[in-house]
Amino acid sequence: MKHYLEIYWAFFKTTIAVQFQYRASMSIWMIGRVLEPVVYLVVWATVANARGGMVGDYNPEDFAAYYIVLMIVNQFTFTWVMHEYDYRIRQGALSVLLLKPVHPIHSDIADNISYKVLMSFIVFPTAILLYILFDPNLLFHLQTFALFLCALTIAFFMRFFIEWTLALIAFWTTRNEAINQMYFTLGLFLSGRIAPIELLPNLVQQIANILPFRWAVAFPVELMLGRLSNEQIWHGFTMQGMWLVISLVLLKIVWRSGIKKYSAVGS
Amino acid sequence: MATTPDITIQNLRKTYVVPERDTGLGAAIKSLIVRKTRDVEAVKDITFTVEPGEVVGFLGPNGAGKTTTLKMLSGLLHPTSGDISVLGYTPFNRNKEFLQQITLVMGQRNQLIWDIPVGDSFERNRAIYRLPTDEYNHTRDELVDLLDLAELLPKPVRNLSLGERMKCEVAAALLHRPQVLFLDEPTIGLDVTMQRRIRTFIGEYNKRYNATVLLTSHYMADVEALCKRVIIIHHGQLLFDGALTELVNRFSPHKTIVVDLDIEQADLSNYGDVITAEGNRITLRVPKSETATVTGRLLADLPVIDLTVADPPIEEVIEQVFST
Repeated sequence: MKHYLEIYWAFFKTTIAVQFQYRASMSIWMIGRVLEPVVYLVVWATVANARGGMVGDYNPEDFAAYYIVLMIVNQFTFTWVMHEYDYRIRQGALSVLLLKPVHPIHSDIADNISYKVLMSFIVFPTAILLYILFDPNLLFHLQTFALFLCALTIAFFMRFFIEWTLALIAFWTTRNEAINQMYFTLGLFLSGRIAPIELLPNLVQQIANILPFRWAVAFPVELMLGRLSNEQIWHGFTMQGMWLVISLVLLKIVWRSGIKKYSAVGS
Repeated sequence: MATTPDITIQNLRKTYVVPERDTGLGAAIKSLIVRKTRDVEAVKDITFTVEPGEVVGFLGPNGAGKTTTLKMLSGLLHPTSGDISVLGYTPFNRNKEFLQQITLVMGQRNQLIWDIPVGDSFERNRAIYRLPTDEYNHTRDELVDLLDLAELLPKPVRNLSLGERMKCEVAAALLHRPQVLFLDEPTIGLDVTMQRRIRTFIGEYNKRYNATVLLTSHYMADVEALCKRVIIIHHGQLLFDGALTELVNRFSPHKTIVVDLDIEQADLSNYGDVITAEGNRITLRVPKSETATVTGRLLADLPVIDLTVADPPIEEVIEQVFST
């Protein structure tokens, strides 16, 4: 355990050093991810105002709260491993990782966590700015916030394991960009990014309830907003737990057979 | 008592299945329906052992199966059949204790992180390999000293020249002081000085730690300087395994005689094959068995200033091997 802490600490240091080399591109990516929820916020607030102040259960201040929290959740749970693996496998960079006495997943987890720590210095001030600008309907309860942090942590790992597993498709095809695209489009819809899920058609809601997207993004958001009953909260955690286990099992299976394939073909 | 070999390979084979298709649109469409594949036997049947502390040159033309073999030895590739054991481990299980004791250096692959100072990448490897701080500091200082890296440590990798980067790559790959080194073209693309530096270093490392080294190189100077023993493979098969000197004896039935004469433009074609004639220096190739006679005749017949008999250059011998 101590050994892993030491490795993670070393990974943190290098990732942060690397990220500082790319301040400009880091900021541009960041702006992109902040803009998306702001655009939806403005769109939905406008629609609500046009319809006399409400869309479904949401008034403009609710939308503001929803999208500010969503921005935070999305920032803390997204990963870029799916783009990375394609390169790693084609360029043989994976070989270097495989020769090390540490599973390659650790450096990815560490990379993502350290990136998020760095990002938080921008995300929180941005959230505060948006708070001032949009006057959201967001009340702070310590207990809710504690639950939110739990849900967010599980969401991070769940999403990380799922996207890491999907990234491994690069072992079999060099065209996994298409699969990534599909995943992102589905996610846009079903994770509650384009609109709060309860505003979507019934059928879409039912699909969203089964798939992991909602539980990785919308669930922590709704939880923080205080829109969920106790029963819904426990259901949410159960779904998160279930998907966490499923994604971890899938990851192990896919990794094992991917490595088998890699070591049969080489790079 | 015989020592246990560090590396044992027995009847090793590796067959790749590669997709195949003819050129052209028709073939492209056809390949959507029927996928044709072809088996490529990269390594056909190789058996050898390497004892602890040996430095072995692993030679063969491009595509002979050298890299494939090194990848199987370091656990990156799964052999199609045959047995393979390194330090008592089965490489493709990629056991942590095994990985902790080996290293594979491949020409262009990077250990180092592009954007940060070399020293930081070293530090990262220290954590990954769980090296105690004083042991790590000791090894690092030694490597820095042997390879003359002191000035490079604070520089980001992207600001290094190819040669500087290669030196750092080699050092990074050896920080955990591996017992077995697989070096795939460690000097490729480097200038003569840098090649010599790396070469001397490998020799020094081998002596200091009694490390086992299996090395491929296209530069025969590397092989001559480092390897008493060479293993030659061609088309995935073992052609030769033995001492470098024996290789020359076996595959080159000729010797080279270089004579400096006191006269210009002498015709020595009835003494042997004239390879070059520049002014009063003439190089002859004669069958090995006739070396003594020809030398005697030359000395008796001609005003010889200087005469040397040598084995032909190793490159020539290797060429000879591959043409058989």
